[in-house]
Amino acid sequence: MNGAHGQLANGHKPYLTAETRNLSFFYGDKAALREVNLPVHAQRATALIGPSGCGKSTLLRCFNRMHDLYPGHRYQGEIRLYPDDINLLAPETDPILVRSRIGMVFQKPNPFPKSVFENVAYGLRLRGIRQTAELEARVERALRDAALWDEVKDRLKDSAYALSGGQQQRLCIARALAVEPELLLFDEPTSALDPLATASIEELLCSLKRHVTVLIVTHNLQQAARVAEFTAFMYLGELVEFGPTELLFNAPSQKRTEDYLAGRFG
Amino acid sequence: MTNPATTDRLSDRAAARIRWARQLERGFVLAAWALLGLLAAVFLALFAGVLQTGWERLQPDFFLTFASRRAAQAGILAAWVGTLVVMAVTAVVAIPLGVAAGVYLEEYARPGRLTTLIEVNIVNLAGVPSIVYGLLALGLFVRLLGLGASILTAGLTLGLLILPIVVVATREAIRMVPQSIREASYAVGATRWQTVWQHVLPAALPGILTGIIIGLARAIGETAPLVTIGAVTFIAFLPPAPFSPEAPFLSFDWLWAPFTALPIVTFDWTSRPNPAFRPNAAAAALVLTFLTVVMNATAVWLRYRLRRRQLW
Repeated sequence: MNGAHGQLANGHKPYLTAETRNLSFFYGDKAALREVNLPVHAQRATALIGPSGCGKSTLLRCFNRMHDLYPGHRYQGEIRLYPDDINLLAPETDPILVRSRIGMVFQKPNPFPKSVFENVAYGLRLRGIRQTAELEARVERALRDAALWDEVKDRLKDSAYALSGGQQQRLCIARALAVEPELLLFDEPTSALDPLATASIEELLCSLKRHVTVLIVTHNLQQAARVAEFTAFMYLGELVEFGPTELLFNAPSQKRTEDYLAGRFG
Repeated sequence: MTNPATTDRLSDRAAARIRWARQLERGFVLAAWALLGLLAAVFLALFAGVLQTGWERLQPDFFLTFASRRAAQAGILAAWVGTLVVMAVTAVVAIPLGVAAGVYLEEYARPGRLTTLIEVNIVNLAGVPSIVYGLLALGLFVRLLGLGASILTAGLTLGLLILPIVVVATREAIRMVPQSIREASYAVGATRWQTVWQHVLPAALPGILTGIIIGLARAIGETAPLVTIGAVTFIAFLPPAPFSPEAPFLSFDWLWAPFTALPIVTFDWTSRPNPAFRPNAAAAALVLTFLTVVMNATAVWLRYRLRRRQLW
């Protein structure tokens, strides 16, 4: 699946945004991920599916070094980020720099207790953008990309908490998009939302892929089928099967994948 | 009971239990109200007594004159000014140190034996009798560092005394800030410093402010440590002014001035054999009580006001 085809002499694979190489992750002595090799295709959505506790969220949070915030973690193996081919997990790689290139949207909408505008502008301010005109232009673009602009353009000064749950989640997506991430991580972004808001987020996910690579953890198999070109099935910390979504759903090569998709466990 | 089959239904037994539980509950609530009423009555009686004794002395003159050997002419000018400046020094000592220590322990310190040791010690320090702080201050600030029985010494002593209160309040307020806010900040590329300053501290501010005010309200009534370090009871001048009309405009000479404070004069007047000073003591106590009540009320109001803005 991640064979040698298309590989350039310097190891750069133009069709990939990132890939994990023999990635293992430990909480204390307990292995939460074992030898995971996952390619993340550029300008595509890749879905991580599997039963609760299979390690899909743990894997996602390796990509932006979120585990570094908590004690007792250990990475082993590599995550390569292209095109510059750096190892995100190398000790000399600054996790702050990693997070400024790889965005994340969480399970529960978590806007800052600030105005709609300030929420989106926050990442821009962190990067030293001070000019009002540039801030306004970039905030508007991010809100448009997150399909939220028309709903909030007259209430940019309102508290983000005044928005509905679905709007808050799109605001969080806008906040992540504003800083032009190369890869955007979604950790079950619709599990706290009602069906209507879920549909609008899914629609947004499909349109986002034009400018950003998406890696999404989801509990919802239909969601994976609707938004992702590639799907990875994980079980007990291992990557059981990876492939184009249609192939994986219709003709899984592994017995465990087939059982899971058929609802026989999980 | 005509039908023996129904006499032993479990639901009947449950009904009896429920009746008993209800009676027990009613008894408990009644007892609680009675005790509360008793407490309120005792407090009101005390307060009414002080009010009755001291009310007549609460004239403008009382606030604008210095101490005197004649009870009717004695005032609390030096005392309330002393209390005010000592509180200012206390705040300057306790707030930055206490908030910084709380932030460090919650956001920076790695969990481990040393951190646990520090945490346990801070909690224990909050329970150390204030006279012990007074003795420490006498040995360290007055004697060893030669700061004398000055406003600076008093502020440092009371600052140390309320430091644990500020640290514990800061830590609790910071712990109330949801982790999702921190993760949101880190996820857009913020450093720990930026996350703490721009998200954690603003969100924790209501709790921190409340802790600071409660700490200062505790310090304002402290008598024992001030007596220990040698606060004077009879003083007929104010500390030097901090501002001057000519350069350098700012002066810190007042830090080294001797001082008295409201609890000190109250204590002094109470302990005099001449009963003519009792109304003075009661009036000073009223002023002190008023200040404490105002500070605590401000804390409650702030907590209520600022908490309402947050929706998590």
